[in-house]
Amino acid sequence: MKQGFKFYAPSKLLSTGLFFLTIIFTSLFAQDGDPVKGKSLFNANCAACHQLDKKMTGPALRNVEARLSETEGLDRAWLNSWIRNSSAMIKSGDAYANKIYAEYNGSAMTAFPQFSDEDINNILAYTAKEKAAPAVAVVGTSQATVESSSGVSQEIVLGALAILFGLLALGLFLVNKTLRRFASANNVEIAEAIKRKSLWKAFVQNQFLMLVAAIFFLLSSAYFVYGYLSQVGVDQGYQPIQPIHYSHKIHAGDNGIDCKYCHSSARVSKHSGIPALNVCMNCHKSIYEVSESTGNDEYSKEFYDGEIKKLYDAVGWDDANQKYTGKTKPVKWVRIHNLPDFAYFNHSQHVTVAGLECQTCHGPVEEMEVMYQFSPLTMGWCINCHRETNVKVQDNGYYEKIHKALSKKYGVEQLTAAQMGGLECGKCHY
Amino acid sequence: MKSVSKIIVLVVVLVTTFSCQNDNSPNYQYFPNMYKPIGYEAYGEYDVFPNSQEALLPVKGTISRGHSLYEYENTNEGYAAALSELKSPLGVSQLNAKRGKELYDIYCGICHGTKGAGQGKLVKREKILGVPSYADRDITTGSIYHVIYFGKNSMGSYANLLNEEERWQVTAYVETLRRELKK
Repeated sequence: MKQGFKFYAPSKLLSTGLFFLTIIFTSLFAQDGDPVKGKSLFNANCAACHQLDKKMTGPALRNVEARLSETEGLDRAWLNSWIRNSSAMIKSGDAYANKIYAEYNGSAMTAFPQFSDEDINNILAYTAKEKAAPAVAVVGTSQATVESSSGVSQEIVLGALAILFGLLALGLFLVNKTLRRFASANNVEIAEAIKRKSLWKAFVQNQFLMLVAAIFFLLSSAYFVYGYLSQVGVDQGYQPIQPIHYSHKIHAGDNGIDCKYCHSSARVSKHSGIPALNVCMNCHKSIYEVSESTGNDEYSKEFYDGEIKKLYDAVGWDDANQKYTGKTKPVKWVRIHNLPDFAYFNHSQHVTVAGLECQTCHGPVEEMEVMYQFSPLTMGWCINCHRETNVKVQDNGYYEKIHKALSKKYGVEQLTAAQMGGLECGKCHY
Repeated sequence: MKSVSKIIVLVVVLVTTFSCQNDNSPNYQYFPNMYKPIGYEAYGEYDVFPNSQEALLPVKGTISRGHSLYEYENTNEGYAAALSELKSPLGVSQLNAKRGKELYDIYCGICHGTKGAGQGKLVKREKILGVPSYADRDITTGSIYHVIYFGKNSMGSYANLLNEEERWQVTAYVETLRRELKK
């Protein structure tokens, strides 16, 4: 043995020692669990309340086993029984169990009696993994260089084109000048244009043409004036800047959240309400930042994260301590769709009774990064839809009689909203 | 030279006309007093209200029409009590599985999955994690209703999105899903 040691250089010895130490420690704490299996278990069972590096409903769990054994002197057996039935431990009067229960406002951890020793092993192995170094910066810079280089090359091409055109113009001018000089040198007369009555004067003196032109001018200006007047009070395309940049594309499009999840009152009332901020917090209590893939060329991940911060600020959510502070600042959303006071419109009638898709009137909202008014919301637009849309008369026992009578009256199988009285003035104006 | 000045005037007029076309502000209205409501509109801003907000919470100690008092508290004890004793007021004939499913798919399915196995779209896209399957939890009619009403841990309250009857419809549908999962 002694001889064997001679072959080791001191630094090598140190590193080997460290290597063995690490193995001993990792095997002590993680007992050779499988971090990959642990991750899927963690995501399926624990991630609702715990994250590795951030306090959520429950504490952050990075290196939880090592931390507990170092600071509290608690071993694996304690953790096992805590995971399998925490409330029993609290009742039994365990000091640290009661301390952590009180620290997290008495939110009881769900018991997981179904976890085997191996499951817990795997989960703890996952929590014992070192934090991955952020690869964000590298990706960001490489993207930036790609973008800027493409921007530069475009500018170069444009500049080269401009110079080329300038040179061409200069060349033409010079050729013209030289030719004229040649002409004068060789005593060639360049014929002057013959003085004739100008076209303009001939046109003015022709009375018939003048009459036609006047009628044309009047008609075309009437067309433009009509077009101008009929867009007064119409806000189609209105796209105000909202206090918080809320992307319908991300929420309703990419993540497929139903419109009625947030605008729940569209089902049951006149208004399709603006969701209260607690509806945002249903998800954003857990989603405190967007994923890397959510950021795009136009809006970066940092930008979106900033908008979530604005939400926390408005609703008074202290993200670090996972608590509401009680200091709220109502968000002044800018209303986009507005009907004049003299027209009545009811969302529930269209959404629940008629079963219309929201997109029929609001357009492809799930593709809108910034919300805008898709439809003109004019009376002609309403009437047009009422004339074309068939009413669902099947399986509606309540209106059976009137549906039959009206079908007979109009001699049709399918009644339109207009035939049901959807064009009567008093239906919307009263 | 005259024509040049005319062209300049025309260009200036056109530029100002088109630059005034702005999507960030609403169009002007013909007789705006016909457009603007006299009464207080929902979400309006009026000085008579505290903080100028028309949208207000119900007065403390009052119950809105169509609502009723929920007697269990938002505590672990309240949860335990609801779990053991709270029963649905809806009879079998009042339950509507189709409506229950519609509402469930909108409000719950996005995380809990349309089958209740905890595999909603947000979970699959790894936006929200750790949503359990209904089969893995000891839940009863009362506890389901209690959690819809108050929320639990990361889940928020759905009391303002679903009314009382709708909450019971969803509760019944969750129980159906749980039975299916347990099979």
